[in-house]
Amino acid sequence: MLQVKEIDVYYGAIHALKKMSIHVEQGTIVTLIGANGAGKTTTLKTISGLLRPRNGSVLFKDADISKVAPEKIVSLGISQVPEGRRVFQSMSVFENLEMGAYLRKDKKGISQDMENVFVRFPRLKERYKQMAGTLSGGEQQMLAIGRALMARPELLLMDEPSMGLAPLLVKEIFAIIKDINDRGTTILLVEQNANMALSIADKAYVIETGEIVLQGSAQQLLTSEEVKKAYLGG
Amino acid sequence: MQEFIQQLINGLSLGAIYALIALGYTMVYGIIKLINFAHGDIMMVGAYVGFFSLSVLDSNILVAMIYAMLACSILGVLIEKIAYKPLRYSTRIAALITAIGVSLFLEYFTLFLLGPAQRVFPDTAFPVNNYNIIGVSVSNKDIFVIVSAVILMLILQYIIRMTKTGKAMRAVSEDKDAAVLMGISVDKTVSITFAIGSSLAAAAGVMIGVYYNTVNPLMGIVPGIKAFVAAVLGGIGLVPGAMVGGFLMGILETMVSGYGNSLYRDAVAYGVLILILIIKPTGLFGKNTGDKV
Repeated sequence: MLQVKEIDVYYGAIHALKKMSIHVEQGTIVTLIGANGAGKTTTLKTISGLLRPRNGSVLFKDADISKVAPEKIVSLGISQVPEGRRVFQSMSVFENLEMGAYLRKDKKGISQDMENVFVRFPRLKERYKQMAGTLSGGEQQMLAIGRALMARPELLLMDEPSMGLAPLLVKEIFAIIKDINDRGTTILLVEQNANMALSIADKAYVIETGEIVLQGSAQQLLTSEEVKKAYLGG
Repeated sequence: MQEFIQQLINGLSLGAIYALIALGYTMVYGIIKLINFAHGDIMMVGAYVGFFSLSVLDSNILVAMIYAMLACSILGVLIEKIAYKPLRYSTRIAALITAIGVSLFLEYFTLFLLGPAQRVFPDTAFPVNNYNIIGVSVSNKDIFVIVSAVILMLILQYIIRMTKTGKAMRAVSEDKDAAVLMGISVDKTVSITFAIGSSLAAAAGVMIGVYYNTVNPLMGIVPGIKAFVAAVLGGIGLVPGAMVGGFLMGILETMVSGYGNSLYRDAVAYGVLILILIIKPTGLFGKNTGDKV
């Protein structure tokens, strides 16, 4: 479904991604793990079109999207839950979800999906009139996920959804990710929490300073000595 | 007391005009963090379009206002596309200097095209009637200015609060990257913001024409600066702040002229700016949020 082929991405003079390739098959959860600053967010930003690769290509359903405008990429079926949630703080929960469906015109489908989000996240329903900035971190994460789902994406990019959340909430969020995937949405998950990410993923890549240094099935990586040492705390 | 109410009504009319102009400053700032110093001059162009549609096309005042709003919304979009868009990712000072350049261009191009002479708004456009209500003189000019300004502000509130376009504007002004990830086109949203802001300025321009009877190519400078002060007073980037700030500035100015000395009214406007910047730089409605990384 998604093929990132040997992309080079620069921030000014800094070579952030070096001939980086990943492959996401339809219906799977693929995770990209690595330390802070390794290039995980850069990868997602490049797929979403917020950054442009200098070389290489990004193929989504066999079409090159590396030069397509980011708002257009959303309409092709790729949504992102950005790092740090980035909900619209001074807009209500309801309005945030509406923004997620910005490109859609099917009113019925939109209100159906909104209902689905509220079923999945009852706490959002209780607070749908509240400004998003007044929600707790966990609720904001749920809103960010719900907002991305409102676009009915085929591919969902998630950037550190567990960041800054209490362990119990982290578990809950990962269960939700698994559930979204079970309902047919392909997921590319970027995480520092390698343990959790590997436990729900099908395939995994390890990124270090802009390069993929390891890849394999999530099972393989969970048991790999190298990964254990570097990312799973021994 | 009557004197006070009289000044208050004058202040409300002037304030309504300032508020309309201030809205454009604040909306543009909210969305691209640019103080559009050409905004007052867009108001001037609107006043001229109103003048010509009254004197040449013989249209009535409402039609003249609509022509002015349409013309200036196009002008605003063009200015943004030609002058500001290429600089969107450069330093803010570069865009600011460009805005001053656009301002001078509009002023002196109009001067070149139409000459420096004042033109008088045709009397027939707006026959003035004064009503005496318990000793307070209210002219139909005041009523026209206040009522149409309030209607325009209500329409603006409706657009910003209720429509998809308005919500997209709020989303872009809050977080551009996140808005793009929703599929919102930043370029389109910025254009719409300039169109709306400029058309409000145009309406204000026609109102100034009606209120003071004259138009000239440099008429945008002083009201432009005062409206800018009003926007800063209310909290730059905040729509309700611009409205309240505009009315406050208008009332303050008429009170100073009425009870003090009209020579000081401009000094008071700049004094307010200085005080705000010292005491509460984020304005009356502004929250103290530092730039987040």
